[in-house]
Amino acid sequence: MATTLTLKELSKKEDLLTHGHRMCSGCGAPIVVKQLLLASDYPIVAANATGCLEVSTCISQYTAWKIPWIHNAFENAAATLSGVETMYRALKKQGKLDKEIKFVAFGGDGGTYDIGFQSLSGAAERGHDMLYVCYDNGAYMNTGIQRSSATPIGADTTTCPAGSVIKGKTQPRKNLTRIMAAHGIPYVAQASPSHWKDAITKFKKALDIKGPKFIDVISPCNRGWRSRTDDAILLSRLAVETCYWPLYEVEQGFTKITVVPKEKKPIEEFLKPQGRFKHMFAPGNEWLLKLAQEEVDREWERLRKEAGSE
Amino acid sequence: MKLKGWKDLPPGAVVTEAGSAAEFKTGSWRSFRPVWLAENCIQCLFCWMYCPDMSIKVKDGKRGEYDYDYCKGCGICALECPGKKGKKAIVMEEEGK
Repeated sequence: MATTLTLKELSKKEDLLTHGHRMCSGCGAPIVVKQLLLASDYPIVAANATGCLEVSTCISQYTAWKIPWIHNAFENAAATLSGVETMYRALKKQGKLDKEIKFVAFGGDGGTYDIGFQSLSGAAERGHDMLYVCYDNGAYMNTGIQRSSATPIGADTTTCPAGSVIKGKTQPRKNLTRIMAAHGIPYVAQASPSHWKDAITKFKKALDIKGPKFIDVISPCNRGWRSRTDDAILLSRLAVETCYWPLYEVEQGFTKITVVPKEKKPIEEFLKPQGRFKHMFAPGNEWLLKLAQEEVDREWERLRKEAGSE
Repeated sequence: MKLKGWKDLPPGAVVTEAGSAAEFKTGSWRSFRPVWLAENCIQCLFCWMYCPDMSIKVKDGKRGEYDYDYCKGCGICALECPGKKGKKAIVMEEEGK
């Protein structure tokens, strides 16, 4: 793969996720999927956990996918795909198939962090040759914005509404990328659609590595984040620049930060455009902003130490 | 697409035609329309990469017109467009005006 990564070259490839899908206007998830499908030089077979992406890309007789794609249930995208991958290996062994095929599972944060976690953990431990891509929009957006374990602290959702008693979600988010890295699998990374080159490089790298891989991608949701329809890329870029969503990879246990922001912006810049954090800017709630900043700072420092860049 | 009766549907809810969603036009969702001004375009193709609806037609590495049959008018392309000399190559206009 000596071809340089330019948009001009990439644009000559066929879109394997077609238009006509029914994701909301300005959704981040199709951009993530598009970048993954563009990254691949191999045929891909995909599985999807229940979620926005699954229901909106495959409604009744319509499918937006031009690749073999399977949906089973909410909790078992990784388990389903590990079965598909095992069958592929069996057919290969019997000499009935000789094509090099890659297997990718997609899940939202609900289907990955919470409900699909045990099947993901199991597939990683069994060492299936597959890539799991989580598009993390930080809540159960499909069913109406309920909190998930990926929801950041202070965020207002329908199951942790900001009011006089609680100020949004009271717990910090779970760091799934680290949990997956702790499985000791060959490749774990965090990416953002705004940094397309970094994301596509990671997808390419992951698809070329044998064994289980996991990539967590931030995917803005203007409905749940209560933001504008045009700011999915802007917000994912701000998430990287504020170090809320650091771009790094853990390859064979070694951490490397792939994009270091020129200047680390205050977390307010990421929170301010989002209505779900509106209450954090109200007088008397400054402690919440401080808490969110401390959370980001602590994680960033830890990551820098781990990557040996300090 | 003509709706099928239960006897015609393949077992296991299998969709046999790849990419059939293209038959469903989402352009009517739009309340704002992006307009491409070719003279300010530097062909960076950011709009193409960031379009969630695959609604920017690109041929031989050059961007062309919008596919208004599918564009939902989110405006990501207009926001991300770097333009030329401070002038955007994509502007959003309200539909029906």
